Amino acid sequence: MTTHNPAAGGHQHSHHFDSAEHEYESDKLGIWLFMVTEILMFGGLFVAYIIFHQIYPEMFAEGAKQLSWKMGFFNTLVLIGSSLTMALGIYYNQINQSNKAFWNLIATLALGFVFLTVKYFEYASKFDTGFLPGKLLNVETVQATSQNLGMYFGLYFCMTGLHGLHVVIGMVLIGWLAYRTRRGDFNSEYYTPVEGVGIFWHIVDLIWIFLFPLLYLVG
Amino acid sequence: MGTATTNPNVNYLTEFSGVKSWLLSLDHKRIGLMYMIAILFFFLIGGLMAMLIRLELFSPGPTLFSADTYNQVLTYHGAIMVFMVIVPGIPAILGNFFLPLQIGAADVAFPKLNLASWYVFMFGAILAFSTLFTTKIDTGWTFYTPYSIKTGTAVITMVLAAFIMGMSSILTGLNFIVTVHKLRAPGMTIYRMPLFVWSLYSTAIIQVLATPVLGITLLLLVAERVLGIGIFDPKLGGDPVLFQHFFWFYSHPAVYIMILPAMGIISELISAFSRKTIFGYRAIAYSSLGIAAVSFIVWGHHMFVSGQSEIAGVIFSFITMLVGVPTAIKMFNWLATLYKGSVSFESPMLYALGFLFLFAIGGVTGIMLATLGVDVHFHDTYFVVAHFHYVMVGGTLMAIMGGFYYWFPKMFGKMYDESLARITFVLIFIGFNVTFFPQFILGAMGMPRRYFDYIPAYESLNKISTVGSWMISAGFFLALYVIIRGITSGEKAPANPWGAKTLEWQTPSPPPHFNFDKKPVVTGGPYDYT
Amino acid sequence: MFWLNFANAQSFMPTQGTLIAERVDSLYSFLLISSLIACIILIGGMIYFVVKYRRKSENDKTPNITHNHFLEFLWSFIPLVLFLFMFAWGWHVYHDMRKMPENALEIHIFGKQWAWEVQYKSGAATSNLVVVPINTDVKLIMTSKDVLHSFYVPSFRIKQDTVPGRYSTLWFNSNKLGEFHIFCTEYCGTQHSGMIGTLKVVTQQEFDAWLEEESKVSTLPLADRGAKIFQVKACASCHSVADANVKVGPALWQQWGQQRKTSGGAMALNEEYTRESILNPNAKVVAGYNSNIMPSFQGQLSEIELAALIEYIKGLK
Repeated sequence: MTTHNPAAGGHQHSHHFDSAEHEYESDKLGIWLFMVTEILMFGGLFVAYIIFHQIYPEMFAEGAKQLSWKMGFFNTLVLIGSSLTMALGIYYNQINQSNKAFWNLIATLALGFVFLTVKYFEYASKFDTGFLPGKLLNVETVQATSQNLGMYFGLYFCMTGLHGLHVVIGMVLIGWLAYRTRRGDFNSEYYTPVEGVGIFWHIVDLIWIFLFPLLYLVG
Repeated sequence: MGTATTNPNVNYLTEFSGVKSWLLSLDHKRIGLMYMIAILFFFLIGGLMAMLIRLELFSPGPTLFSADTYNQVLTYHGAIMVFMVIVPGIPAILGNFFLPLQIGAADVAFPKLNLASWYVFMFGAILAFSTLFTTKIDTGWTFYTPYSIKTGTAVITMVLAAFIMGMSSILTGLNFIVTVHKLRAPGMTIYRMPLFVWSLYSTAIIQVLATPVLGITLLLLVAERVLGIGIFDPKLGGDPVLFQHFFWFYSHPAVYIMILPAMGIISELISAFSRKTIFGYRAIAYSSLGIAAVSFIVWGHHMFVSGQSEIAGVIFSFITMLVGVPTAIKMFNWLATLYKGSVSFESPMLYALGFLFLFAIGGVTGIMLATLGVDVHFHDTYFVVAHFHYVMVGGTLMAIMGGFYYWFPKMFGKMYDESLARITFVLIFIGFNVTFFPQFILGAMGMPRRYFDYIPAYESLNKISTVGSWMISAGFFLALYVIIRGITSGEKAPANPWGAKTLEWQTPSPPPHFNFDKKPVVTGGPYDYT
Repeated sequence: MFWLNFANAQSFMPTQGTLIAERVDSLYSFLLISSLIACIILIGGMIYFVVKYRRKSENDKTPNITHNHFLEFLWSFIPLVLFLFMFAWGWHVYHDMRKMPENALEIHIFGKQWAWEVQYKSGAATSNLVVVPINTDVKLIMTSKDVLHSFYVPSFRIKQDTVPGRYSTLWFNSNKLGEFHIFCTEYCGTQHSGMIGTLKVVTQQEFDAWLEEESKVSTLPLADRGAKIFQVKACASCHSVADANVKVGPALWQQWGQQRKTSGGAMALNEEYTRESILNPNAKVVAGYNSNIMPSFQGQLSEIELAALIEYIKGLK
């Protein structure tokens, strides 16, 4: 981010802060603290995954074979691209080019939508072939070698599902930002919400960058 | 500092009126009061559950109800007291009210988030209570698997309620961390912050780092019940003990969320009512941070007989012993503060001294439980129940009472009835010991916890304990009366009835909406009685 | 350090049944005494100071004492040393509790809702009763059939959770004849406080005789064998056999041939219905009782054992 030195023009800062800069610094600290909690929450899921991967390596390999690494890799590129457009959305707001900012935010939304569409196809194919989470997976139907293959898909759906939920939340927030950009709310003096949602979106991207190799590549 | 440029009859209570001005208030003081009313109500219900437990245990065999009902009552007692009273308690009520005042700020960093936290908390609480009208819960507040996976009760709803209330805790902690970093008055270096602020900060770190892990643990339990993913269920290749690891990773730091702010209050009270600077300010400040940090690596001391390895037990026991040292340092520092002080015995101080007494006992019994060879005998017996009630009730609750009486004049602009308040102390202090000291003995004798029925040898001590519970509840009901009467018809309180030195006393009682007429400029420490 | 093991700890702790119990009590006495001293210093000091330094006037001046490095060092270092000493002693005792003896008498324990099933290698089986010879290393190999339980013998100061899906172990060597309580000490549902067992320590000769007797199940008459299975499987924890009291499930006393309303229509208590209720308890639940309480014994009982139970219930008069 560029160094920022706002005056009080345009956006009124809250009364309990000394200046817009003061409020901006505080907002950023708050947003980063919230991101720490998100990372810890997903971290718990990663720990569960790693523990059971150690105990049942063949079962995890069997489950991972059902995932298409190509689709996962494509989705990774999609999300990285969306982080780029998100960053541009912030940048253009910072330099008072709200039209370019708006379109970059829309592009981010579009890429998020592409991500979810790919996930939809992945999930649909799992449902069709019977690779369901937990006790819903019928070992005979899918001709599984491992009796507890349901555990792999339980973890798969929980991890990607929770991540997907965060993608949806992020998209709602980005949509709101796009609307506010159009309305002219953001400028070089004030762009805190854009940056805040941007940080959220980058963390959601980062979590996927860990999910992808763990689920799709580590066989 | 506070020159009376504003109308003295206009304060945060009177300036805006109507229900909406409260329910949509962004004022940290009003939000603190809203938390207070809610948490008081939850405490009454949790306390009712406790009374029912003790009544049932008055004699062996079924006394009032069936074993199933008893198991539900004890679960609600634990879940309500932990998630709705003691974890939020001090930060949400006294922290919200006094953190900004003590650092000379006009509000917390994120007032809208603060109000949102209250609504999130209330939503979670309502969801939790809804289970009373459906299939209830009977798992114990610890939700151990596989029982919590198999039982037909409303585990999913209650666990989701706890998740939601956890979110509220995270948001409060986050708000406080940013407030302490960003909104201190000019001249207030970190070593000039009151120790209550240090304790809230250390607590906030735990709230932010530990609660998300509880969150994911609860979500995984829901997934286990709904989808049977199998990570906690041995029939599907999972490990029930893994749940305990996940659960205690949060729940041990959580007990420090419960005690650290209480210790912060004690520092304020001991100093104020000895009219002497706190002894060892930096040691106390650092010990709060140290306890917060070390609290994350001792969770296995709840699991010595769970099947975890011997070496794990050894490591956890060792580190738990280490965490006893900063706690001991605080106790001695408070004692040293009394030395050559000018000690008065108003109710806040009585409760502070009561804390020192009861927490000493609670603390040393904690060391006993950390000792491996002895914990095997005491684990899951009434010894543990007595230990944690000594630290949570004898510790935190006494500190809440003391803090509440101390800050009552500031919050409401009125004085409470001192003689009646002293009687509440006597009733609660004696009643508490009569209730819980026999439980140490019951535990040593081998009585397990969560027992609906017991062998005849345990009967007389159980009876004594039950009688004690009647005494405590009399004390609390009297305290409720003292508070209500104080609010409605107490004598007008001056700005600084106790002659204390922290910033909240430099503004009128009750404070105006914006806390300070002019932002204070700090030139010295918070306990300067010279 | 047996001299530390004096009346205070002794009178509140259950009778010591093993040498390890005596060691635990010694350690506990040490902890108690040090705690007492710490409390006297803290609480006594507190009372002394608040009395001696009580406020004399509103104009009292107090000295500005902010720290004292020597004292602070002392009250950090001494507790630390004390705590580490307690840790080391505690580990020493714990280590000996966890180190399983070789060549011990091994007994299998199955915790279940809500009884302890005990299985000896000779084939003898009991419920809620563990019989062992005195002065012998005994090793319990434990698991659970359903949820977590915890096997606790207060007199021996030992305890270990029983976990479904894995084995946990516990050992002891009792030097005292007598009967000692076994409690379940991990919450497990309705009858958590009802899972009380007896650990009976007898002489070697008494033990050998008892074991031989218990192992002779196969030559028993069918109804007697049924009585034995009924006892081993702890059916009596839910079904009365000597009177009409309802415990959890319907009483079985004098019920043979009686009609009752069930969730699957009217049924008489006959051979068919009894067998079905043991193997598939939720099929026809008697009206007024909940389903999903009685566990299924599918796969646990041979046909002969089922017949034995039926003969036993037939004879309940």
